[in-house]
Amino acid sequence: MRVLIPNPLRSYTANAAIVMGAGKTLDELTADLDRHFPGMRFRVIDEQGTIRPHIKFFVNGAQKRSLDEPLSETDEVMIVCALSGG
Amino acid sequence: MAQTKTKSSGVTLLVATRKGLWQLHSEPTRRSWRLAGPQFLGHIVHHSVLDRRDRKTMLAAARTGHLGPTVFRSSDKGRTWHEAKQPPAFREGSGRVVDHTFWLTPGHVSTPGVWYAGTSPQGLFRSEDGGATWRGVDGFNDHPQRKAWCGGDKDGTPDGPKLHSVLIDPRDAKHLYIGMSSGGVFETTDGGADWRPLNRGVRADFLPDPDSEYGHDPHCVRMHPSLPDRLYQQNHCGIYRLDRPAERWQDIGATMPKSVGAIGFPMVLHPRDPDTLWVFPMDGSSVWPRVSPGGKPAVYRSVNGGRSWQRHATGLPPMQAWLTVKRQAMTADANEPTGVYFGTTSGEVWGSRDEGRTWKCLAAHLPHIYAVEAA
Repeated sequence: MRVLIPNPLRSYTANAAIVMGAGKTLDELTADLDRHFPGMRFRVIDEQGTIRPHIKFFVNGAQKRSLDEPLSETDEVMIVCALSGG
Repeated sequence: MAQTKTKSSGVTLLVATRKGLWQLHSEPTRRSWRLAGPQFLGHIVHHSVLDRRDRKTMLAAARTGHLGPTVFRSSDKGRTWHEAKQPPAFREGSGRVVDHTFWLTPGHVSTPGVWYAGTSPQGLFRSEDGGATWRGVDGFNDHPQRKAWCGGDKDGTPDGPKLHSVLIDPRDAKHLYIGMSSGGVFETTDGGADWRPLNRGVRADFLPDPDSEYGHDPHCVRMHPSLPDRLYQQNHCGIYRLDRPAERWQDIGATMPKSVGAIGFPMVLHPRDPDTLWVFPMDGSSVWPRVSPGGKPAVYRSVNGGRSWQRHATGLPPMQAWLTVKRQAMTADANEPTGVYFGTTSGEVWGSRDEGRTWKCLAAHLPHIYAVEAA
């Protein structure tokens, strides 16, 4: 599936704004992204498996708050770095 | 922090800021300085340290406003950097989350590649591969008393409780001290398997029991490299010295001028003389402004282990200068005479090449400075 990468994470994707990923859930997708782009997952999901405070995941335009959110191959996932202060 | 060089040579300062990392380079006289950088522009860099065992490995603790904490590693003195494969993180299922890595310390000279990291909230981590992968020091992180010592992960200093001042006895790789805000000073003699508090004699006037065994707030703890039984600390409640094997800290802040007080964040030791140290007092009165008392910044130096102090302000702004210097933002070089340096939250780096007597601004207009380390 297509994954839209925000600017702060593009150091992991060689500046690619869109990458392809796989997984039946957001959890699996982020694990797959981490295999291709090592270190990326920990920057957006903490060691207890929680989405970090200023990170949001959107699936086909709708925000999803659980990493157990089911995904299909035709979904488009957008990772957003929300406002985090000055 | 102390170094091994003794001849006069050029100095590099690693300036870690809320918006990136800079380096300040001097020629041997230390009269002129060149600012290089930024690296990691936009990253919150809490600490960057050179490994003096190989003089080429350098680590930087970083996060951004959005992204979680990580550690970057350079094996060429900061020219190129690579992210740690496994940054400091608490064990899955522990319920604890590292907000940021706050402190970095190279390990004992007999253990090349070993580094320690202190985090916010209080956690102790160890790397055995030069900072590429990190594991928790379970003897501390899982200690049955840890929560009692540290309080909750949301307690403590305004930007998060911290484990800092990881000090390694140069005579014994298994003998370490740590400082925690809050928590106090703790010691291990078995490489981190067990720990015990070491706070007797230190006031904690913000606790119900001011003579508590733990719960103190050491802002910065230092061990003298050539006399490792000599410890000093700049505490939330004064300045202290401990000469091991004694267990009770001696108050050496009482000799500071009453109008200035004995409160501050940083402290730095002379690299060769265990009796010489510098502090940068701040206003700890009323609501704790945490700026230079009266808007008149000064460094205070003792040359007799804290029995008396001299004010040194020549070259610093004489008035209306409300400087704050954080606990990692003051350091010394190894030259003769020793150079002393500090960075401010208002983005200035000040330096003295005559052991603190006279000062000059080396750089300005930088972001909020968290740490200054001589490399």
